[in-house]
Amino acid sequence: MEEYGGGNLLSEAMGSGPRVVVVEDCVEAPAAFVLHLLLKRALAGGGAVALLALAQPFSHYDRVLRKMGCNLSLHRKNGRLHFFDLQAFPGGPKGGAISDAFFRLYGDIQRVVDANRIAEHAGQFTVMIDDVSLLEVAAHGSVDDVLDFLHYCVTLTSEMNCSLVVLIHEDIYSSEGVGLLLHLRYIADLVIRAAPLSTGLAIDVHGQVSSFPLLVALANIITRIGVLHL
Amino acid sequence: MAEAAVRYLRDGRLEGEHAPALSVSGSLQCCPLAARAMLHVTAALASQAASGKSQARGLVIVAFDRSPEVYLDFMRRRGLDPNTFNRCVRILDCYSDPIGWKQKIQSQQHQESSVEPCSMDKENVTIFRSVKDVDKLMCSIIDLGRGFEGEGKIYFTIAIESISSMLKHASVSSISGLLSNLRSHDQTSSIFWLIHSDLHEPKFSRAFECLSTMVASVEPAVVDSVYEEEIPGNMSFLEKNYSNAKFYVRLKRRNGRVKHLYEELCVEGNDVKFISSPSVSAEVNQNLLPKVGLYISSSI
Repeated sequence: MEEYGGGNLLSEAMGSGPRVVVVEDCVEAPAAFVLHLLLKRALAGGGAVALLALAQPFSHYDRVLRKMGCNLSLHRKNGRLHFFDLQAFPGGPKGGAISDAFFRLYGDIQRVVDANRIAEHAGQFTVMIDDVSLLEVAAHGSVDDVLDFLHYCVTLTSEMNCSLVVLIHEDIYSSEGVGLLLHLRYIADLVIRAAPLSTGLAIDVHGQVSSFPLLVALANIITRIGVLHL
Repeated sequence: MAEAAVRYLRDGRLEGEHAPALSVSGSLQCCPLAARAMLHVTAALASQAASGKSQARGLVIVAFDRSPEVYLDFMRRRGLDPNTFNRCVRILDCYSDPIGWKQKIQSQQHQESSVEPCSMDKENVTIFRSVKDVDKLMCSIIDLGRGFEGEGKIYFTIAIESISSMLKHASVSSISGLLSNLRSHDQTSSIFWLIHSDLHEPKFSRAFECLSTMVASVEPAVVDSVYEEEIPGNMSFLEKNYSNAKFYVRLKRRNGRVKHLYEELCVEGNDVKFISSPSVSAEVNQNLLPKVGLYISSSI
């Protein structure tokens, strides 16, 4: 596999310019590596990124991306990476509404997106959320508040030449109820799913990733499925 | 039969009756196609209104799922010129700022923000920022509809995309009330909406079907009972379902009979095409009047 190049399938899928990308994974096949690849790809392409991190501190991403040849500290210093440490989200005054916390967070994101848009030589802006399942936990299970926040992030993709990449753990959601997962699949232009191999573990292959490009606005529908070996 | 559905909505209401209502439903397996079917009907009705062939003088689109630009682009590709579009279509933009966050940010910043939804520059697009207030939503829809020009009584058609997005902000009962009130409003010619059936409990989807006089279901062309991960690489059914679907229509006639129609729906470039299948379509006689038996016996 082109470990640092993102793999043919990933590059191909992202090449069609999807606005909203949903990355799904499970315990047996975590897909954090997909976020790392997309993060590196976004910064290498001259764009800027707002990374909303609920899962890990900055030092973790810095360490991982450094091994992939990408200096996150430098990008952060140059204003191309905007790191939102949300491990303590929602924070704020006790008793404050969750919706108010999401509103403040969206305001911060809109400000950095706007600042990037009016900057010289502004490239593509990517908002990345790691991960939406933790966002739901931070919102005390309020799916409506999470969906409102995500909707506003999606509106940025149509108004501000922005893309949205979110990671969600599909195996924590029941197949019977309607939850965040199903709503995300509806709004996604591209779904990237990591899953274990049906044949079980292998020495040099840890899992498989498939991509399901969905409708991208009114563009032609592209369907390609492939396997990305680790 | 997509054209039958369009004609049904185009012809509008009779005096003393409620406006005809079409419910378009789809699921995740073929959701892009259900959305495209909705766009097709929307564009067709806009054209009919523009050419004066419909009872309605104009179309009010209540847009929750997409930016108004999507409708503008689609209708432009369908050949509707911008002047005609501005004359015959009004968009109530519930997508750009549904709960007023952007307006709040702008007022907090006390300055002209460069983050303006593109719809603010369009004369026929009105941003709506209180989607939780269903009464206010209804008033805004009616106000837009009354704004169409013409002589005599002005009728208008209403398109809602989608009910599923509305249900994130308001209750089933309030939205049902909204749809009923819109249907009974004396200037509503017809109304149609999109609903994603798998986002709700079946009873809610059926409740909205009961409010309609025509139901169009977009269903996957190929149904594979094996979950796709078990057959890696064999995704042909997925590919098929993203470009083809089945379009079932149930139309309740005034005489109580229910007509069943079927077409195949397929994607062609940026558009969607409906292909009739006459051998499959059937008419079902359902007499809704109770049958009364009369027995006469004689004791002689």
